[in-house]
Amino acid sequence: MARVRDEKFLFQPLTGMVLDDQVRLSLEELCEICDISTETILDMIEEGLLEPHGSGPAEWRFRCYEVRRVHVALRLQQDLRVNLPGAALIIELLEELEELRRRM
Amino acid sequence: MEYKDYYKALGVAREAGQDEIKRAYRKLARKFHPDVSKAADAEKRFKEIGEAYEVLKDPEKRAAYDRIGTGWQEGQEFRPPPGWDAGSAFGGGDFTDASAGHYSDFFEELFGRSGMGRSFHVRRGGMRAKGEDQHARIMINLEDSFNGAVQTIALQLTEVDDTGRLVIRPHTLNVRIPKGIMAGQSIRLAEQGGHGFGGGPRGDLYIEVAFHPHRLFRAEKKDVYLELPVTPWEAALGAAVTVPTLGGRVEMRIPPGSQSGQKLRLKNKGLPGKTAGDQFVVLKVVVPRADTEEAKEIYGKMAAVMPMNPRSDLGV
Repeated sequence: MARVRDEKFLFQPLTGMVLDDQVRLSLEELCEICDISTETILDMIEEGLLEPHGSGPAEWRFRCYEVRRVHVALRLQQDLRVNLPGAALIIELLEELEELRRRM
Repeated sequence: MEYKDYYKALGVAREAGQDEIKRAYRKLARKFHPDVSKAADAEKRFKEIGEAYEVLKDPEKRAAYDRIGTGWQEGQEFRPPPGWDAGSAFGGGDFTDASAGHYSDFFEELFGRSGMGRSFHVRRGGMRAKGEDQHARIMINLEDSFNGAVQTIALQLTEVDDTGRLVIRPHTLNVRIPKGIMAGQSIRLAEQGGHGFGGGPRGDLYIEVAFHPHRLFRAEKKDVYLELPVTPWEAALGAAVTVPTLGGRVEMRIPPGSQSGQKLRLKNKGLPGKTAGDQFVVLKVVVPRADTEEAKEIYGKMAAVMPMNPRSDLGV
């Protein structure tokens, strides 16, 4: 990412990563962003909550909306004491609801 | 500090049994969970009920809370009774509800501090935790996405001071808005969130982008929509007109026989990106007023020469 010196600012503006559909994250990056272990990610893949592209863990690529799924799944499990399949079901229904609201 | 009515927060009577309190909490937690609820104050409510439950579920804390008495109103100025010692009774207690993050001043005065909120875990043999991720939302202009920009955002950052207390500090950041960002997208700034513990890294900062309403344009993903008023003769006969875009004025041809509501596309004139969006120009035929005799005569002539029923589709 370009870091051009900008004279207008006393402190350099921060350049972040835009989480859009173009970005693909590796297993390692996803773990780092979500601050969770590989095992937790594997459980979520097993549950069908995450669907990485690629043939094996080293080649897996995740899309950005999956970061949000991980975050929501963790919070639901922590806050509402649902288990992972329950969280996955809630997320599916929430996404469906969002889609319906958007179309309204 | 303000008094908190924990019974009111959970909607239960002061004499409610523990089971009733648990049911009330679980029901409200589902209702106001910020990931599930659409209520604007869901996050605040969720914290309030979490705090209320933290106290009422624990017979010792509940008894202590009850001892303050019933003469208080929610939000009333409160001082703990003389001789109240939060530290010895509850300090370093067992705080199970990790989701509550940190509690109100009222709670902390009565029961001590909760220490660090969630995401605290053991790593590499020592107590080391990544700081909290923070989420913020900024409103930008469509032009900022089109041209790229730098925005200053003001945040509140939770830090642990020298004495181990959680303090909230104001914090401003200059953030580069990348060209072509769309509403609803987030910018992740690694390690710009809450401070870590025990040498752990800082959390991340996520900034969700939304657009201010624009005087002329409306964005849908990468595409930009503009309503363009045209005269009946421009629509009927075709015309070359000047159209504003985010990148400046452009010339556009209106094909003959155009109608109100028709959508014309200006390729790649939307928000920039690997695949740039388009600008869609939606025609809106504006009818001149018939406020002179001559104008009325022309409309009359049109009615005679080109009779039409625009309502034939309606069956009338």
